[in-house]
Amino acid sequence: MEFTRRETLAMGAGAALMTVLPLRASASASDDLIAAFTGGAEIADTGIELTAPEIAENGNTVPIAVSAPGAASIMVLATGNPTPPVGTFNFGPLAASQSASTRIRLAGTQDVVAVAKMADGTFARASKTVKVTIGGCGG
Amino acid sequence: MISRRDFLQVSMAATAMMGASGYGTWARAAAQQTLTQDQLLQFDTFGNVSLIHITDIHAQLKPIYFREPSVNIGVGGNKGVVPHLTGADFRKAYGIEDGSPSHYALSAGDFEALAKGYGKVGGLDRVSTVVNAIRADRPDAILLDGGDTWHGSYTCLKTEGQDMVNSMNVLKPDAMTFHWEFTLGSERVNEIVEGLPFAALGQNIFDSEWDEPAELFKPYKFFERGGVKVAVIGQAFPYMPIANPRWMFPEYSFGIRDENMQAMVDEVRSMGAECVVCLSHNGFDVDKQMATKVTGIDVILSGHTHDALPEPVLVGETIIVASGSNGKFVSRVDLDIRDGRMMGFRHKLIPIFSDVITPDPVMTKVIDEQRAPYQDQLSEVIGQTESTLYRRGNFNGSWDDLICNALIDERDADIAMSPGVRWGPSLLPGDDITREDIFNVTSMSYGEAYRSEMTGEFIKVILEDVADNIFNPDPYYQQGGDMVRIGGMAYRCDVTKPQGERISEMTLLKTGEAIDASKNYVVAGWASVNEGTEGPQIWDVVEDHIRKLGTVTLEPNNSVTVVGA
Repeated sequence: MEFTRRETLAMGAGAALMTVLPLRASASASDDLIAAFTGGAEIADTGIELTAPEIAENGNTVPIAVSAPGAASIMVLATGNPTPPVGTFNFGPLAASQSASTRIRLAGTQDVVAVAKMADGTFARASKTVKVTIGGCGG
Repeated sequence: MISRRDFLQVSMAATAMMGASGYGTWARAAAQQTLTQDQLLQFDTFGNVSLIHITDIHAQLKPIYFREPSVNIGVGGNKGVVPHLTGADFRKAYGIEDGSPSHYALSAGDFEALAKGYGKVGGLDRVSTVVNAIRADRPDAILLDGGDTWHGSYTCLKTEGQDMVNSMNVLKPDAMTFHWEFTLGSERVNEIVEGLPFAALGQNIFDSEWDEPAELFKPYKFFERGGVKVAVIGQAFPYMPIANPRWMFPEYSFGIRDENMQAMVDEVRSMGAECVVCLSHNGFDVDKQMATKVTGIDVILSGHTHDALPEPVLVGETIIVASGSNGKFVSRVDLDIRDGRMMGFRHKLIPIFSDVITPDPVMTKVIDEQRAPYQDQLSEVIGQTESTLYRRGNFNGSWDDLICNALIDERDADIAMSPGVRWGPSLLPGDDITREDIFNVTSMSYGEAYRSEMTGEFIKVILEDVADNIFNPDPYYQQGGDMVRIGGMAYRCDVTKPQGERISEMTLLKTGEAIDASKNYVVAGWASVNEGTEGPQIWDVVEDHIRKLGTVTLEPNNSVTVVGA
């Protein structure tokens, strides 16, 4: 054998990343969190925008942005993470815009979900699949 | 009232007719041994703006052979439609006669016989002749380079892209976008781009730390041509940090960013752009999808997936032009822009038949100067081949079979993995294999051949992951390469299944036994995206192997069973 410790570590890191796929286990936990946030109210599919990459360049730091004009607060969930809640952004009445951006860590390919509570008490939801891949190859 | 879409469809019919008649003439001409440069260049200048597109040259300065793929599977909405038609199906779709020059240039089948008849293709000095001829018709034609230019040859690797920069500067493009260029490392890319005498574009090239547009790369550039304000928006390869080593250009972030593309289209339109052109390295299916999501783009000049199409594809009111690879084609697109709208177009995909098109001596001299210091290294004969060596195909190519054999033999491995890239010219039976030929299919800045142990389970995870990057039904989740090539192992791939269920029946060829998920196998491969990969360079591994063989003879590779294509 002549593979080096470094190669082994690199492969190990890849293996660790991949063995957690697929990630649907905590989906029901996310559903519960959304239900708690909305109190079971109906959720519209429009009125909120969630921007996230289709494929993460680095699963450890994935840039996302949410925007929902008229929102009082926006909750973001990484539905496939062991701990789905990412955070909830609250907007006061003097907020110039109801948008926020941050970076999140994703344990693997999963749906990121954002739910906005509007000032009028209604709710809106957006979701996007973000793929976390081991990469390689290319045209 | 005739709508703009009707106008475009009428243009499409016109271009198809012209294509058909043009190709028909070539076929007869070839039969009479009179295929001429004038016929290849024949074009009735149209409208008020001309675009010239060349892409994915992969540093091929000299004429080469290039065999098009026999297998190019489309999934989801792209199943069975161009560019996912090959061979006889492709010829039937475009009315191309068997044995004609366009059969040879555009499709697989009878490659060896036709290659002997029609000769090599490409060569940047021939490209230069074509570009000069178009400029003689339309002096202010806009020349656009779709990227993958500063990568892919011995001289390009040794000069870190300088040979291509020097040569392309003679061709005088007006703008360029990027992919493999970044594997030179961000320091070198920045150094070259800072000195480029033309625009370096990419609306999706961002600063990774601040997630803001990178300063060095502008999103778009305006050109005033024939009294028309034309905006060219760049779109670099979206998945560079995933498909290629992120650590080589950590300051940059990419992605499709179609919302920013829409913002840029709206911005240039509000600044008075009458014609919006996207110079893209997305890959064809991604471009098609982007055209359904972003409104206001007239023309997408598509690169990355190396497709060569004799007609544009119309999506909504956007035409998508695919111009092949390796210097084999140049596209000319004439546009009629009136009242701020594209009212019609005329298009021709010009195949660069190296023996028919006279080289531009100015460019020949520049190319020879780039190669002169390395001539001895380039021309050294390592062996011969009795088999056609080519790369294109979703699952394997004979060059990759040879590379995998080299990895297994030279590195004493059970299984070999070779990246599913689409670049690299072909060789014909009876050809010498020179060092240059080996570098044409292997050269890169991260060519170390690793040797490692992997469990059967992990090998499956890799295959599933790569397969999803090709066969995910949503093009935005595709990276545009081909399947990782596997030596020493057979498997079955059902392209219709979701990730995790496509790969089955993995079998170790040397024992005939099924791969055991928990057992370790010695795997040799190259082009790892991980930093710190160690091992000999792949071109040295392949050279050693070919020297021992003397003459390369490969059996057809049937180790992958494909289902659902």
